[in-house]
Amino acid sequence: MQERLKELQTEALEKISAAADLRELNDIRVSYLGKKGPITEVLKGMGKLSADERPKMGALANEVRDSIAAGIEEKQKHLEEAAVQEKLAAEKIDVTLPGRPVKSGNHHPLTRIIEEIEDLFIGMGYTVAEGPEVEKDYYNFEALNLPKGHPARDMQDSFYITEDILLRTHTSPVQARTMEKHEGKGPVKIICPGKVYRRDNDDATHSHQFMQIEGLVVDENVRMTDLKGTLEVFAKKMFGDDREIRLRPSFFPFTEPSVEMDISCKICGGKGCSVCKGTGWIEILGAGMVHPNVLEMAGFDSKKYTGFAFGMGPERIAMLKYGVDDIRHFYTNDVRFLKQFSIHE
Amino acid sequence: MFVSYKWLQEYVDLSGVTPEELAEKITKSGIEVEGVEVLNEGIKGVVVGHVLEREQHPNADKLNKCLVDTGAGEPVQVICGAPNVDKGQKVAVATVGAVLPGNFKIKRAKLRGEESNGMICSLQELGIESKLIAKEYSEGIYVFPNDTEVGQDALEVLNRDDQILELGLTPNRSDCLSMLGVAYEVAAIFGREVKLPEPQAETTSERASDYIDVQVDAKEDNPLYVAKVVKNVKIAQSPVWMQARLMAAGIRPHNNVVDITNYILLEYGQPLHAFDYDRLGSKQILVRRANDGEVIVTLDEAKRELTSDHLLITNGTEPIALAGVMGGANSEVQPDTKNVIIESAYFKGATVRKASKDHGLRSEASARFEKGVDPNRVRAAAERAVQLLAQYAGGEVLEGSVEADALQVEPAVVSVTLEKINRVLGTELSMKEVEAIFARLQFETNTDNDKITVTVPTRRGDITIEEDLIEEVGRLFGYDNLKSTLPVGSSTPGHLSQYQNKRRLVRRCLEGAGLYQAVTYSLTNEAKATQYALEERKPVQLAMPMSEDRSLLRLSIVPQLLEVLKYNSARQNDSLAVYETGAVFLSNGEEELPEEREHLAGAVTGLWHSHPWQGEKKPVDFYVVKGILEGLFEKLGLSDKIEFRQVQKDGMHPGRTAEVLLSGVSVGFVGQIHPTVEKELDLKETYAFELSLKAILEEDVSPLQYEAIPRFPSITRDIALVADQGTAAGELKGIIKEAGGKLLKDVYVFDLYEGERMEPGKKSLAFSLKYFDPERTLTDEDVTKAHDKVLEAVKEKAGAVLRG
Repeated sequence: MQERLKELQTEALEKISAAADLRELNDIRVSYLGKKGPITEVLKGMGKLSADERPKMGALANEVRDSIAAGIEEKQKHLEEAAVQEKLAAEKIDVTLPGRPVKSGNHHPLTRIIEEIEDLFIGMGYTVAEGPEVEKDYYNFEALNLPKGHPARDMQDSFYITEDILLRTHTSPVQARTMEKHEGKGPVKIICPGKVYRRDNDDATHSHQFMQIEGLVVDENVRMTDLKGTLEVFAKKMFGDDREIRLRPSFFPFTEPSVEMDISCKICGGKGCSVCKGTGWIEILGAGMVHPNVLEMAGFDSKKYTGFAFGMGPERIAMLKYGVDDIRHFYTNDVRFLKQFSIHE
Repeated sequence: MFVSYKWLQEYVDLSGVTPEELAEKITKSGIEVEGVEVLNEGIKGVVVGHVLEREQHPNADKLNKCLVDTGAGEPVQVICGAPNVDKGQKVAVATVGAVLPGNFKIKRAKLRGEESNGMICSLQELGIESKLIAKEYSEGIYVFPNDTEVGQDALEVLNRDDQILELGLTPNRSDCLSMLGVAYEVAAIFGREVKLPEPQAETTSERASDYIDVQVDAKEDNPLYVAKVVKNVKIAQSPVWMQARLMAAGIRPHNNVVDITNYILLEYGQPLHAFDYDRLGSKQILVRRANDGEVIVTLDEAKRELTSDHLLITNGTEPIALAGVMGGANSEVQPDTKNVIIESAYFKGATVRKASKDHGLRSEASARFEKGVDPNRVRAAAERAVQLLAQYAGGEVLEGSVEADALQVEPAVVSVTLEKINRVLGTELSMKEVEAIFARLQFETNTDNDKITVTVPTRRGDITIEEDLIEEVGRLFGYDNLKSTLPVGSSTPGHLSQYQNKRRLVRRCLEGAGLYQAVTYSLTNEAKATQYALEERKPVQLAMPMSEDRSLLRLSIVPQLLEVLKYNSARQNDSLAVYETGAVFLSNGEEELPEEREHLAGAVTGLWHSHPWQGEKKPVDFYVVKGILEGLFEKLGLSDKIEFRQVQKDGMHPGRTAEVLLSGVSVGFVGQIHPTVEKELDLKETYAFELSLKAILEEDVSPLQYEAIPRFPSITRDIALVADQGTAAGELKGIIKEAGGKLLKDVYVFDLYEGERMEPGKKSLAFSLKYFDPERTLTDEDVTKAHDKVLEAVKEKAGAVLRG
């Protein structure tokens, strides 16, 4: 009987080891460990054994049963593992195939520049002021110290609608309107972005419609050094910490003193190249201390209040910053152009 | 203004200052130097030669064989093609080994079998623009005066060993439209002296007033008129150095008399005019406004019709010059002219501007009058002119001048306090430093404690208020020397307005949905201005448009975006989604500013989604674009207030267009562009929307309030309703929502069937209804009660029944 059990054990373990799949293994389990299996069959002959031998044989039978069961369990684990592996192997994909595209547009490069400037100045305590694109002659010119007959307000340079109404030629009327709203009380700290219009034929460097962004600070004791410091912060933020600025005297009817700001040329580092026309400097914006006539016309006491203003063209800044060579690209909206500005450095 | 570095040194000592340094300093202290031109750059080896012999080239009709003495060794043979070369001339010769502009090297050569040892040069070949070369030399070589020494460097004789600074003058600095003005500026920058010319001419015993009478009727336009008379001038070339200075400044030489007037214009900034006395036709000069329709023939032989806006110089009856703009042909200085009248006058800027504009005549003279000449230089300039006429045209200057003078010249006196200067500039200057700056400018000052009073010379008409003085101090102190500070004063919170914030949100939302932001023109043509407008209003029209295509302000943005799609489509980008936010302009009548309303528009064409290798390809349809808008309204908290309603709109697909209503008011539309329009623009199926952004962003939205997360489960019931084909899903949804009461939390369409299994004229719409009570777990009974009401309502109000 002992031999028979050993025989069964060896036979079963061989079969287990040879089992190819879970079903076969289950058949083995049923045939060896089931109630009608050969071990049960062998144990039926236990009655013939002596009382001494019976527990020994019983123990041996259990041992054989356990070893078969353990063998089955181990094999089952193995087979299951293999099945999983096989399934996973079959599920392999080509990870180099393209992913499902997620739709995404982006904003226009001019919006990008304008928002960057807005955010910089908001951080310095400015609010964003906007005004009409069709303006009264008064706000566009007169309130800015450009009285009727001034050569800079030639009919040839502006789009007039009637004698008194025109498309604004700069965003400065927003300054005049905002100051007027303040009724002679400072501080005024605004940044004014928007579209402006001039009678220019569209070419690589001219556009009859373009953007402007202006800043204005009016308060007691606003100094020209404040203008210089503010413009320095702006230039370094927009163009990089390594850029130098210089202020050059200039002339605008609405500021006195007036200056133009240049930044050192990035291309040549100030040595002079074709981009900076050999000067090492690139003109970025116009600025100055608000003309007392402008303050007075807007209801501010020019003895008490001073202010500074600056204005620049987002197109020019975008052209310099991104190397765009034709202003018309901003208004053609070629998607091959627009798409390039979705990257954020 | 072109400023000769060499000429400038006649008035200011520039020792130790290179042209480059000069340019940089001038730029930094007020006038942008746009360039420095080296006149003899790339030229060497050109000398003055003497043409000893000239004969016809034996083998070429148009060539001359010349024997030229170049001052070095034996005379050499030079072949020359210029028609005006001749024996005895002193000419510029590029000798063998010389280099001309463009790195053109002169070598010994054989021309049609004859040896040529160099080249006789025209001025063009020496780098001078054709338009600046005197007429007699413009088609050939330049001929020096006979007494020019042979062998000298020809470029030195021509004053080309010089550098020219090009000044970009702002309108306030017209004082630097003269060499003297520039001299004052440069002297101030370097703290040096100005040496003024001291015109003195011997005069005859005859008096100018014996020859001419001057009368000004239009004193307002011409407060000062000075006439001087010079007899027996000999018309000839002006000296080479004078011609050279004129050419370097951009003025073409003519003859000694005309050149001298132009030379004074450059030196003093005072335009002069020379009349031929004997051609005047009278002994009188009368200045008056023209009569309407009066005609003058100007120097350029053009017949010009005048109006009473224009100021004339006349001989008492006939016009002889258009004041400040151009002389008349009848009194022009000619080769046989003997006696001349020199006019030096102060004409009002606006009068000259009007005439020069009306007749399209912008000249060096008119430019200076327009900006205002220095009233104190009018007489000095006339004196200087007659001095030069005596010196270089052999003229006899008559004693005195004849004047009509109604000019009041008062120099401006302006005061400013030191405190104000320092407060505006942010500096800590002392009064001594400020006084020193004004001294450099040669402004007279008077100091009284903290106050400095400045008498501004008339040459600086731009300085009238204290801020102008502050600017002078600032720029000569140097903006480089200013500190950098930030405004102190009261602090202000920086922020965007709620509207501006929401506008940014709208942009981000559309960009996130896949639309590119476009920026298009506000000006458009008549057809596009009103197409797709949300409201019927007259468009705003420009008074003087530059073109038909940019003559009116837009009432809608969609036409502009369709242009963008068309442009891209024609460039192999036929699947594209764009949007724009911007103003449209609604006329309020002629006298008023138009209403500017910010709109949001979008246009989507071609494939909306494409992922080819997984077989996904979805063209845009109505629901794609509507979905984008619904997403946007959701973000803005407007979902419950928005409705879409079928509508007919010009240019849109009659069955695929919806009006968008916000709280029951139309705020725009969304739909398919009409197929005929798509075809015209060569576009694939295209959908567009335009909304009043203003209305959307200004709509009141209840403030954000937390709502408890549900603790109890909800119950969902799905129903399929059979309804008439014409019944809108939105309508059914509305009925369901209303009937469901407060337990009904959510309703959505999950199926639409219009197939052949339906009765004709019917369709099946399946809705999913979610019931929920925040207070308790709903029972089936509760839901059934509410649900039955829903079924009843759809049957009653829309004739829709449960699908069997």
